[in-house]
Amino acid sequence: MSTELERQQRPVEVTEGELEALIGDRALARDDHLNAPGFVVRPDDVQAVLTDLKEQAGFDHLSCLTAQQYEDRYESIYHMKKYADPTQEVSIVVPTSIDDPVSQSAEPVFRTADWHEREAFDLVGIDYEGHPDPRRILLPETWQGHPLSLDYDQEKPQIVTLSEHANPIQPDHHDAESDTMFLNIGPHHPATHGVLHVKTVLDGETVVDIDPDIGYLHRCEEQMCQQGTYRHQIMPYPDRWDYVSAGLLNEWAYARAAEDLADIEVPEYAQIIRTMGAELCRIASHMLALGTFALDVYGDFTAVFQYAFRDREVVQDILEDLTGQRLMFNYFRLGGVAWDLPEPREEFIAKTRDFLDELPAKVDEYNDLITGNEIFQVRCTNTGVLEPETAKDYGCTGPVARGSGVDYDLRRDDPYGYYENLDWDVITKDGCDNYARVLCRMQEVEESAKIIEQCLDLLEDWPEDDRTVQANVPRTLKPDADAEIYRAVEGAKGELGIYIRSDGTDKPARFKIRSPCYHNLSALEEMCEGEYIPDLIASLGSLDIVLGEVDR
Amino acid sequence: MSSNNPRQSIHDSTAPSTDTRDSRIGEGVDDRFNSKLREAFGASPFILTKFDKFLNWVRGNSMFMLQFGIACCSIEMIHTYAIKHDLDRFGAGVPRASPRQADVMIVPGTIVSKFGPRMKRVYDQMPEPKFVVGMGSCTISGGPFQEGYNVVKGAEEIIPIDIHVPGCPPRPEALIYGVAKLQERIQNGESSPVVVKPYELEQFGDLPKDELVQKLANDIDEDDLVMRYNWADSP
Repeated sequence: MSTELERQQRPVEVTEGELEALIGDRALARDDHLNAPGFVVRPDDVQAVLTDLKEQAGFDHLSCLTAQQYEDRYESIYHMKKYADPTQEVSIVVPTSIDDPVSQSAEPVFRTADWHEREAFDLVGIDYEGHPDPRRILLPETWQGHPLSLDYDQEKPQIVTLSEHANPIQPDHHDAESDTMFLNIGPHHPATHGVLHVKTVLDGETVVDIDPDIGYLHRCEEQMCQQGTYRHQIMPYPDRWDYVSAGLLNEWAYARAAEDLADIEVPEYAQIIRTMGAELCRIASHMLALGTFALDVYGDFTAVFQYAFRDREVVQDILEDLTGQRLMFNYFRLGGVAWDLPEPREEFIAKTRDFLDELPAKVDEYNDLITGNEIFQVRCTNTGVLEPETAKDYGCTGPVARGSGVDYDLRRDDPYGYYENLDWDVITKDGCDNYARVLCRMQEVEESAKIIEQCLDLLEDWPEDDRTVQANVPRTLKPDADAEIYRAVEGAKGELGIYIRSDGTDKPARFKIRSPCYHNLSALEEMCEGEYIPDLIASLGSLDIVLGEVDR
Repeated sequence: MSSNNPRQSIHDSTAPSTDTRDSRIGEGVDDRFNSKLREAFGASPFILTKFDKFLNWVRGNSMFMLQFGIACCSIEMIHTYAIKHDLDRFGAGVPRASPRQADVMIVPGTIVSKFGPRMKRVYDQMPEPKFVVGMGSCTISGGPFQEGYNVVKGAEEIIPIDIHVPGCPPRPEALIYGVAKLQERIQNGESSPVVVKPYELEQFGDLPKDELVQKLANDIDEDDLVMRYNWADSP
């Protein structure tokens, strides 16, 4: 188990000179981003360059793929990081012509590129040559046009199909002995945590093949953010990505990217409030994950589920006192937070402390009920196994990766906010199974409580004349034209990244969201193929996906 | 006195008449078999009311909700069902996973193009009489996502809605108020006006052969249900 707060060993920094030497002639030009050096490469060099970066320079995390259209070209940007040190980043920019936007697929190098590229094809319209499954992913199959391309006409009518009694069992799934059957799970199903549709092929009770069909909640979040102004109009949307009370964590993702883009300093006092609020959100989010997981694996609607919601209610009350809303907080501002702690401060602090004081007893209760329960243990250990290397290949982050022993937490590894000054641990588990993921979340709740406790101590004693909640930020924010940035924070579900490209106006030219749930979900097939169908449900529950964030 | 002759007024005692019971099972048995209701009405086992009024009253007080989580509002909807708010207190809290067992559908979230036909299908699967509570701004107009290329501008474009609960998301108290209002309407026998829905499910083969249909002709089976979205016409 880990760890010191400071990561014990970081790999040796790869210098820009070494990167240049590694990519060599294949780099057509440099296109540096604010967060990382960028190299422009030809569309048919993608696999070669990515393989070299992965194998020789250690960039084993394809964090995000941003596709976008300019007036004269399409562009795919591969944002690469290291699991061992996410502060080392490099961007690979792949331009393609406007008439024939074909680029080589990165799927053979990174499995996670599969869904990245399907999304890029769906929304922007770049074709990836050699992609194993070039279908739309978020929009219906019959959709006409690519909505984030420049010439898309939103007024055009569209037709969406609902085929019934289709028989998707291919002849190759059949033989005389096996009892193959096709099962639709969702999109309206209690165990899918929202509107996920899992097309499942079963052989008896064993899962042979699954195909998660998403997009039932694709609410055009990227378009909405591209239509809003930086200063105030974007901040309400992050709350609605991961809507399980994780609002402040999501807001931080946008705040961090935009603040780094526009070079805004956040006052220390506001950072502490942010840290505290974000961790409260993490507790609320993990409580829901716990309650719904218990509901999934043993239909426990009466005890654990209700207990989890009882505790969520307390957290939501505290967050309501702080932000004014139960769920959609809209509390962060660029350069700080909206307002100080509610008056009377002592009352708020006392209320929060009461919650923290009661938490250990509640956690014990959960341990008695769930993790200590023999039936639960038998049900969850060694099911839904996700090996660490597979997790990395699929771009898994957050508790899913940490449950597989991947020691990766952006709060510690790529510090932001006030985390580096506080005393807490990153929880990792080596079990790689459903049980490890649940345990990981439960212990993270305790770590979050430790963080909140320390923040409260700091806030209580903070001198009254130094309580600046917001930096001085211009009313209209216009970052420099052509500045590009990719920044990520540790959301409740994992690495939540934002890419912003500015074009000199007060609205982003491109706003891309890297959703942790999206990539965690893509690993589902690895976890449940060959397992029993009830374990598929358990694995899905242990991934703790939120469809608002999967589909955006 | 027998109940064959309706009484205009009560003489003597209003205590329950226990003669028949006493002669059958002996004297001195407590009144546990006689309900309070029966006591209140004296010996007569009848309540005089209209049958449909009675049925409306029953309907309003025993609503099975469809377990139907779509988006953010579903979190607040779960909170409304769970402890603290406990919608069950109002006779409306049993979430049923199957639409065939449900009376009320709470639509908790944004409807996007891909989900539209599914929601219509789920709604069609519910037995009559059925009622719909639209929860949150998205089901009213598309809410914060109203300008999205993929977002249906309100659930009422697809199914009729009885009660709209505004908010983003509405608090549990607001949802309870909405459900209580719906119960009131049901008890008063007011059903929802059926609106003309712009987005209907149709078979693909029946659609007028315009450019779009021609283009998709090879991809879609004639018998497939489709929903056509005329984005330019929606509000």
